Amino acid sequence: MLAVDITKQVSRGPAPFRLTARFTLPEGCRNAVFFGPSGSGKTVTMQCIAGLMMPDSGRIAVGETVFFDSRAGVRLPARKRRLGYVPQDYALFPHLTVLQNVAYAHTGPFARHVGKREREGAREMLGRFRIDHLAGRYPHELSGGQRQRVALARALNAAPRLLLMDEPFSALDVPLREALRAEIRELLAQLGIPSIIITHDPADVEAFGGARVVFEGGRASLAADAGDDE
Amino acid sequence: MNDPLSSLVVVPLGISLRVAGLATLIAFLTAILAAWGLARRRGPLPAVLDALCTLPLVLPPTVLGYYLILLVGRRGLFGQALADMGIQLMFSWQGAVVAATVVIFPLIYKSARAALESVDARFEDAARTLGAGEMRVFLSVSLPLAWRGVFAGVMLAFARGMGEFGATLMIAGNIPGKTQTLALAIYSAFQAGEDVRAALLALVTSALCVGLLAGAELLLKWRLR
Repeated sequence: MLAVDITKQVSRGPAPFRLTARFTLPEGCRNAVFFGPSGSGKTVTMQCIAGLMMPDSGRIAVGETVFFDSRAGVRLPARKRRLGYVPQDYALFPHLTVLQNVAYAHTGPFARHVGKREREGAREMLGRFRIDHLAGRYPHELSGGQRQRVALARALNAAPRLLLMDEPFSALDVPLREALRAEIRELLAQLGIPSIIITHDPADVEAFGGARVVFEGGRASLAADAGDDE
Repeated sequence: MNDPLSSLVVVPLGISLRVAGLATLIAFLTAILAAWGLARRRGPLPAVLDALCTLPLVLPPTVLGYYLILLVGRRGLFGQALADMGIQLMFSWQGAVVAATVVIFPLIYKSARAALESVDARFEDAARTLGAGEMRVFLSVSLPLAWRGVFAGVMLAFARGMGEFGATLMIAGNIPGKTQTLALAIYSAFQAGEDVRAALLALVTSALCVGLLAGAELLLKWRLR
């Protein structure tokens, strides 16, 4: 479903290095995990896939759609990739309510007015995460777990072809982490949206299973034991 | 003219408010576009454009007035074209608006650009992954998150526009009841030895600007949740 073959000079962080990411997630692979120590290029790779960062060279494609190809001069802008991206800190729009955040992909130029149909769609998505009652709140009024749910609801409400999550559970305490993990796994299966998550946590790897992309020493490749357990 | 207060204060005050108000509106629309276009850009061309946008802040207003005459004066570069369209800027209140717009443009541009650049890029990125084009990212995310800085710049620009003197004098002249703003009326009154009138006008101008800036400050604090 996803083919990545890129190089990128990573100059942020303590030690600059050259990242070479080369892996193909097979068709029918529902979940994948980016696993590796911090500063190994996991987030950079995810942002390259999302279109928020440009690789130095190489190619990225999802199914038949080419996102990036340095030789062919293809560079599809992030807004046309139809990917859900949930960054580590969620990046909820602080000036918009939960409802306006979740409906964002379907509202007008100012994102303030939410039409009847868009409201129903957003409400339904909030319902799936059991947070309808938060629709009128602002992000700063929410707990960590609630923010996480809103961020996921916002990304999924845009009907992405693939959901990217950067350390989705790292900011949450252990009991909440376990509950949310199960909840999200089930929801993604229900909606039929494949996902990739970045994690340090072996429990995440176990729970989400699927393919494992290992980041180490400036390289990213598919782990040999990658099974298609779903 | 039979009511002294009206001709002495209210008329120049009205001209000042009209000129500064319109100039602020035009400068706001153009400066915000320039700030949006140049924010987070690096390289020689953006640097030169940034310098040009900031230039009116450091040049003497008389120099700006001189350049404007070269551009829109009767024998200026666009003078004939403007005359053909029936637009008369020299010695008209519209000319005063043009002069004030150029003078206050950098005040809005600078604060808007700083405010836009201080918006966390993660929010803009999040909007992009949700399908928003650059225009929508700007209107729905960047501008609402930067409004505080933009608003401060707009208020400063309006207050500065109320006090515009040099460039206005060169383009629009000092015609009572037509182009004579508060600042110009004070100068005329002082030159004519009408000290009381000059003092009154200076007091009105000062009170207005203090009120304006204090009001803006209060509004900013009040909207701070």
